[in-house]
Amino acid sequence: MSADLLQIGDLTFTSRLLLGTGKFSDSATMLRALAASGAQIVTVALRRFNPAQAADDLFGPLSQLPGVTLMPNTSGARDAAEAIRAARIARELCGSRLIKVEIHPNPQHLLPDAIETLEAARVLAAEGFLVMPYMPADPVLAKRLEDVGVASVMPLGAPIGSGQGLGASEMLRIIIENSRVPVIVDAGLRAPSEAAGALELGCAAVLVNSAVAAAERPVEMAAAFAQAVQAGRAAYRAGLMPRRSAASATSPLTNFLNAQT
Amino acid sequence: MKVQVNGEPMERPAGETLAALLTALGAGSGRVATVLNDDVVPAAARATQSLSENDRVEILTFAGGG
Repeated sequence: MSADLLQIGDLTFTSRLLLGTGKFSDSATMLRALAASGAQIVTVALRRFNPAQAADDLFGPLSQLPGVTLMPNTSGARDAAEAIRAARIARELCGSRLIKVEIHPNPQHLLPDAIETLEAARVLAAEGFLVMPYMPADPVLAKRLEDVGVASVMPLGAPIGSGQGLGASEMLRIIIENSRVPVIVDAGLRAPSEAAGALELGCAAVLVNSAVAAAERPVEMAAAFAQAVQAGRAAYRAGLMPRRSAASATSPLTNFLNAQT
Repeated sequence: MKVQVNGEPMERPAGETLAALLTALGAGSGRVATVLNDDVVPAAARATQSLSENDRVEILTFAGGG
Protein backbone atom coordinates (compact mmCIF):
# COMPACT_ATOMS: atom_id res chain seq x y z
CA MET A 1 0.00 0.00 0.00
CA SER A 2 1.14 3.55 -0.66
CA ALA A 3 2.36 5.75 2.17
CA ASP A 4 -0.60 6.65 4.34
CA LEU A 5 -0.05 10.28 5.21
CA LEU A 6 -2.19 12.82 7.00
CA GLN A 7 -2.37 15.86 4.75
CA ILE A 8 -3.03 19.26 6.32
CA GLY A 9 -2.88 21.91 3.64
CA ASP A 10 0.53 21.44 2.04
CA LEU A 11 1.96 19.69 5.13
CA THR A 12 2.09 15.92 5.58
CA PHE A 13 2.37 13.86 8.74
CA THR A 14 2.79 10.15 9.43
CA SER A 15 1.14 10.27 12.87
CA ARG A 16 -2.62 10.56 13.17
CA LEU A 17 -2.54 11.36 16.86
CA LEU A 18 -2.44 15.04 17.82
CA LEU A 19 -1.59 15.86 21.41
CA GLY A 20 -2.48 18.80 23.60
CA THR A 21 -0.05 19.99 26.24
CA GLY A 22 -2.45 21.23 28.93
CA LYS A 23 -3.18 19.75 32.36
CA PHE A 24 0.10 17.81 32.69
CA SER A 25 1.55 17.79 36.20
CA ASP A 26 4.89 19.10 34.89
CA SER A 27 6.73 19.80 31.65
CA ALA A 28 8.98 16.75 31.93
CA THR A 29 5.98 14.39 32.04
CA MET A 30 4.40 16.23 29.14
CA LEU A 31 7.54 15.88 27.04
CA ARG A 32 7.85 12.16 27.81
CA ALA A 33 4.18 11.64 26.97
CA LEU A 34 4.68 13.52 23.74
CA ALA A 35 7.59 11.28 22.81
CA ALA A 36 5.54 8.17 23.66
CA SER A 37 2.59 9.41 21.61
CA GLY A 38 4.60 9.93 18.45
CA ALA A 39 2.43 13.02 17.85
CA GLN A 40 3.76 15.41 15.23
CA ILE A 41 1.19 18.14 15.75
CA VAL A 42 1.13 19.55 19.25
CA THR A 43 -1.22 22.17 20.59
CA VAL A 44 -0.14 25.01 22.86
CA ALA A 45 -2.05 27.95 24.32
CA LEU A 46 -1.18 31.62 24.62
CA ARG A 47 -0.84 33.21 28.02
CA ARG A 48 0.48 36.43 29.45
CA PHE A 49 4.18 36.43 30.23
CA ASN A 50 4.81 36.08 33.95
CA PRO A 51 8.40 36.64 35.15
CA ALA A 52 7.78 34.21 38.02
CA GLN A 53 7.00 31.42 35.55
CA ALA A 54 9.69 32.18 33.01
CA ALA A 55 11.52 28.96 33.90
CA ASP A 56 8.42 26.99 32.94
CA ASP A 57 8.64 28.19 29.33
CA LEU A 58 7.17 25.52 27.07
CA PHE A 59 8.34 26.89 23.80
CA GLY A 60 12.03 26.21 24.40
CA PRO A 61 11.76 22.45 24.96
CA LEU A 62 8.99 21.95 22.39
CA SER A 63 10.85 23.76 19.65
CA GLN A 64 13.86 21.49 20.25
CA LEU A 65 11.90 18.35 19.38
CA PRO A 66 12.52 17.13 15.84
CA GLY A 67 9.44 16.47 13.73
CA VAL A 68 7.05 18.41 15.95
CA THR A 69 4.88 21.16 14.48
CA LEU A 70 3.22 23.50 16.94
CA MET A 71 -0.47 24.22 16.57
CA PRO A 72 -1.29 27.16 18.84
CA ASN A 73 -4.92 27.48 19.87
CA THR A 74 -7.02 30.58 20.36
CA SER A 75 -8.41 29.38 23.67
CA GLY A 76 -9.75 32.25 25.71
CA ALA A 77 -11.19 33.95 22.65
CA ARG A 78 -14.90 34.66 23.03
CA ASP A 79 -15.50 35.95 19.51
CA ALA A 80 -13.97 36.01 16.04
CA ALA A 81 -12.05 39.25 16.58
CA GLU A 82 -10.29 37.87 19.66
CA ALA A 83 -9.49 34.60 17.92
CA ILE A 84 -8.06 36.41 14.90
CA ARG A 85 -5.85 38.53 17.16
CA ALA A 86 -4.69 35.44 19.07
CA ALA A 87 -3.85 33.67 15.81
CA ARG A 88 -1.71 36.56 14.60
CA ILE A 89 0.10 36.72 17.94
CA ALA A 90 0.71 32.97 17.87
CA ARG A 91 2.15 33.11 14.37
CA GLU A 92 4.47 35.91 15.45
CA LEU A 93 5.57 33.73 18.38
CA CYS A 94 6.30 30.44 16.66
CA GLY A 95 6.06 30.99 12.93
CA SER A 96 3.67 28.05 12.54
CA ARG A 97 0.84 28.47 10.04
CA LEU A 98 -1.29 25.91 11.88
CA ILE A 99 -3.90 27.49 14.09
CA LYS A 100 -6.55 25.76 16.13
CA VAL A 101 -9.47 28.18 16.13
CA GLU A 102 -11.26 27.66 19.40
CA ILE A 103 -13.99 30.07 20.37
CA HIS A 104 -16.14 29.20 23.34
CA PRO A 105 -18.07 31.98 25.02
CA ASN A 106 -19.25 29.89 27.95
CA PRO A 107 -16.49 28.59 30.25
CA GLN A 108 -18.79 26.07 31.88
CA HIS A 109 -19.56 24.07 28.75
CA LEU A 110 -16.66 25.13 26.49
CA LEU A 111 -18.88 24.50 23.48
CA PRO A 112 -17.68 26.14 20.27
CA ASP A 113 -19.52 29.15 18.84
CA ALA A 114 -20.31 28.13 15.28
CA ILE A 115 -20.97 31.61 13.91
CA GLU A 116 -17.85 33.27 15.34
CA THR A 117 -15.74 30.25 14.37
CA LEU A 118 -16.86 30.47 10.75
CA GLU A 119 -16.05 34.17 10.63
CA ALA A 120 -12.60 33.72 12.20
CA ALA A 121 -11.86 30.80 9.86
CA ARG A 122 -12.79 32.88 6.82
CA VAL A 123 -10.44 35.74 7.78
CA LEU A 124 -7.55 33.55 8.88
CA ALA A 125 -7.68 31.21 5.88
CA ALA A 126 -7.48 34.28 3.64
CA GLU A 127 -4.36 35.36 5.57
CA GLY A 128 -2.65 32.07 4.77
CA PHE A 129 -3.21 30.23 8.01
CA LEU A 130 -3.86 26.49 7.97
CA VAL A 131 -7.08 26.81 9.95
CA MET A 132 -8.07 23.90 12.17
CA PRO A 133 -11.45 24.83 13.65
CA TYR A 134 -12.75 23.23 16.82
CA MET A 135 -16.44 22.96 16.01
CA PRO A 136 -19.72 21.36 16.97
CA ALA A 137 -20.31 18.07 15.18
CA ASP A 138 -22.58 19.76 12.64
CA PRO A 139 -22.34 18.51 9.03
CA VAL A 140 -23.71 21.74 7.55
CA LEU A 141 -21.20 23.87 9.42
CA ALA A 142 -18.41 21.51 8.34
CA LYS A 143 -19.24 22.23 4.69
CA ARG A 144 -19.46 25.96 5.33
CA LEU A 145 -16.02 25.87 6.96
CA GLU A 146 -14.65 23.91 4.04
CA ASP A 147 -16.03 26.55 1.69
CA VAL A 148 -14.06 29.32 3.44
CA GLY A 149 -10.83 27.36 3.08
CA VAL A 150 -10.08 25.56 6.33
CA ALA A 151 -7.32 22.92 6.28
CA SER A 152 -9.35 20.47 8.35
CA VAL A 153 -12.48 20.34 10.44
CA MET A 154 -12.23 19.32 14.07
CA PRO A 155 -15.64 18.36 15.42
CA LEU A 156 -15.89 17.51 19.09
CA GLY A 157 -16.58 13.92 20.11
CA ALA A 158 -18.01 15.29 23.36
CA PRO A 159 -17.39 18.45 25.44
CA ILE A 160 -13.73 19.34 26.22
CA GLY A 161 -12.29 17.38 29.11
CA SER A 162 -15.54 15.47 29.67
CA GLY A 163 -14.23 12.04 28.72
CA GLN A 164 -17.65 11.14 27.35
CA GLY A 165 -16.23 9.62 24.19
CA LEU A 166 -17.72 9.58 20.73
CA GLY A 167 -21.19 10.80 21.65
CA ALA A 168 -21.45 12.60 18.33
CA SER A 169 -20.58 9.60 16.16
CA GLU A 170 -23.71 9.65 13.96
CA MET A 171 -23.06 13.29 13.03
CA LEU A 172 -19.36 12.52 12.59
CA ARG A 173 -20.28 9.83 10.10
CA ILE A 174 -22.16 12.37 7.95
CA ILE A 175 -19.34 14.90 8.24
CA ILE A 176 -16.79 12.30 7.11
CA GLU A 177 -18.93 11.18 4.18
CA ASN A 178 -19.18 14.71 2.84
CA SER A 179 -15.83 16.23 3.75
CA ARG A 180 -13.04 17.02 1.32
CA VAL A 181 -10.70 18.04 4.16
CA PRO A 182 -9.45 15.79 6.97
CA VAL A 183 -11.91 15.28 9.81
CA ILE A 184 -10.16 15.26 13.17
CA VAL A 185 -12.07 14.43 16.34
CA ASP A 186 -11.09 17.01 18.88
CA ALA A 187 -12.14 16.76 22.49
CA GLY A 188 -14.16 14.47 24.67
CA LEU A 189 -12.24 11.23 24.28
CA ARG A 190 -11.29 9.21 27.34
CA ALA A 191 -10.17 5.76 26.21
CA PRO A 192 -7.88 4.56 23.43
CA SER A 193 -10.75 2.37 22.17
CA GLU A 194 -12.70 5.55 21.41
CA ALA A 195 -9.76 6.89 19.39
CA ALA A 196 -9.61 3.59 17.50
CA GLY A 197 -13.35 3.88 16.92
CA ALA A 198 -12.99 7.36 15.49
CA LEU A 199 -10.32 6.20 13.04
CA GLU A 200 -12.38 3.12 12.10
CA LEU A 201 -15.24 5.47 11.31
CA GLY A 202 -13.00 7.30 8.85
CA CYS A 203 -11.73 10.22 10.88
CA ALA A 204 -8.32 11.27 9.61
CA ALA A 205 -6.91 11.76 13.11
CA VAL A 206 -7.80 12.49 16.72
CA LEU A 207 -6.63 15.19 19.08
CA VAL A 208 -6.40 14.23 22.74
CA ASN A 209 -5.18 16.04 25.80
CA SER A 210 -7.07 15.35 29.03
CA ALA A 211 -7.30 11.63 28.25
CA VAL A 212 -3.50 11.46 28.42
CA ALA A 213 -2.68 14.25 30.87
CA ALA A 214 -5.27 13.19 33.44
CA ALA A 215 -4.49 9.46 33.21
CA GLU A 216 -2.82 7.86 36.22
CA ARG A 217 0.30 7.27 34.11
CA PRO A 218 0.26 9.75 31.24
CA VAL A 219 3.32 8.42 29.40
CA GLU A 220 1.88 4.90 29.22
CA MET A 221 -1.52 6.24 28.19
CA ALA A 222 0.10 8.24 25.40
CA ALA A 223 1.64 5.06 24.06
CA ALA A 224 -1.71 3.27 24.33
CA PHE A 225 -3.40 6.01 22.29
CA ALA A 226 -0.67 5.78 19.66
CA GLN A 227 -1.33 2.05 19.25
CA ALA A 228 -5.09 2.54 19.18
CA VAL A 229 -4.89 5.18 16.49
CA GLN A 230 -2.68 2.94 14.36
CA ALA A 231 -5.04 -0.01 14.83
CA GLY A 232 -8.10 2.09 14.04
CA ARG A 233 -6.53 3.48 10.89
CA ALA A 234 -5.37 0.05 9.75
CA ALA A 235 -8.90 -1.28 10.31
CA TYR A 236 -10.40 1.57 8.30
CA ARG A 237 -7.99 0.90 5.44
CA ALA A 238 -8.71 -2.82 5.62
CA GLY A 239 -12.43 -2.17 5.22
CA LEU A 240 -14.80 -3.31 7.95
CA MET A 241 -17.29 -6.02 7.07
CA PRO A 242 -20.86 -4.84 6.62
CA ARG A 243 -23.19 -5.00 9.58
CA ARG A 244 -25.89 -7.69 9.32
CA SER A 245 -29.12 -7.98 11.22
CA ALA A 246 -29.03 -11.77 11.26
CA ALA A 247 -26.36 -14.27 12.17
CA SER A 248 -24.18 -15.76 9.46
CA ALA A 249 -22.30 -18.91 10.34
CA THR A 250 -18.53 -18.99 10.21
CA SER A 251 -18.34 -22.79 10.63
CA PRO A 252 -19.95 -25.35 8.33
CA LEU A 253 -23.31 -26.40 9.73
CA THR A 254 -23.17 -30.03 8.62
CA ASN A 255 -25.33 -32.66 10.13
CA PHE A 256 -22.71 -35.20 11.08
CA LEU A 257 -23.45 -34.90 14.80
CA ASN A 258 -27.11 -35.65 14.31
CA ALA A 259 -28.15 -38.95 15.81
CA GLN A 260 -28.47 -41.57 13.07
CA THR A 261 -31.72 -43.38 13.42
CA MET B 1 4.38 57.96 32.08
CA LYS B 2 1.61 55.54 32.93
CA VAL B 3 1.25 52.44 30.80
CA GLN B 4 -0.68 49.23 31.25
CA VAL B 5 1.33 46.02 30.95
CA ASN B 6 -0.56 42.73 30.85
CA GLY B 7 -3.50 44.47 32.45
CA GLU B 8 -1.47 46.00 35.31
CA PRO B 9 -0.86 49.76 35.58
CA MET B 10 2.85 50.66 35.60
CA GLU B 11 4.93 53.84 35.85
CA ARG B 12 7.68 53.87 33.19
CA PRO B 13 10.22 56.42 31.94
CA ALA B 14 8.79 58.68 29.24
CA GLY B 15 9.59 57.50 25.72
CA GLU B 16 10.86 54.09 26.82
CA THR B 17 11.05 51.59 23.97
CA LEU B 18 9.19 48.33 23.95
CA ALA B 19 12.51 46.48 23.88
CA ALA B 20 13.68 48.32 27.00
CA LEU B 21 10.43 47.52 28.79
CA LEU B 22 10.85 43.82 27.97
CA THR B 23 14.40 43.81 29.31
CA ALA B 24 13.30 45.57 32.50
CA LEU B 25 10.60 42.95 33.06
CA GLY B 26 12.92 39.99 32.45
CA ALA B 27 11.26 39.12 29.16
CA GLY B 28 14.11 40.36 27.01
CA SER B 29 15.75 37.01 26.35
CA GLY B 30 12.78 34.64 26.20
CA ARG B 31 10.48 34.00 23.29
CA VAL B 32 7.56 36.38 23.68
CA ALA B 33 5.11 38.14 21.42
CA THR B 34 4.24 41.77 22.00
CA VAL B 35 1.00 43.58 21.32
CA LEU B 36 0.72 47.35 21.55
CA ASN B 37 -2.85 48.69 21.73
CA ASP B 38 -4.19 45.60 19.90
CA ASP B 39 -1.52 45.57 17.17
CA VAL B 40 1.18 42.92 17.07
CA VAL B 41 4.67 44.46 17.17
CA PRO B 42 7.18 42.12 15.49
CA ALA B 43 10.35 41.37 17.45
CA ALA B 44 12.47 43.33 14.97
CA ALA B 45 10.44 46.50 15.55
CA ARG B 46 10.61 46.55 19.36
CA ALA B 47 13.88 48.46 19.65
CA THR B 48 12.47 51.41 17.72
CA GLN B 49 8.90 51.25 19.04
CA SER B 50 8.64 53.82 21.83
CA LEU B 51 5.76 53.85 24.25
CA SER B 52 3.37 56.69 24.99
CA GLU B 53 1.20 57.67 27.93
CA ASN B 54 -1.71 55.24 28.49
CA ASP B 55 -0.41 52.65 26.02
CA ARG B 56 -1.60 49.13 26.62
CA VAL B 57 1.09 46.49 26.21
CA GLU B 58 0.51 42.75 26.19
CA ILE B 59 3.49 40.39 26.52
CA LEU B 60 2.54 36.84 25.62
CA THR B 61 4.12 33.44 25.56
CA PHE B 62 3.04 29.80 25.18
CA ALA B 63 1.65 27.64 27.91
CA GLY B 64 0.27 24.15 27.96
CA GLY B 65 -3.08 23.86 26.24
CA GLY B 66 -5.21 21.48 24.27
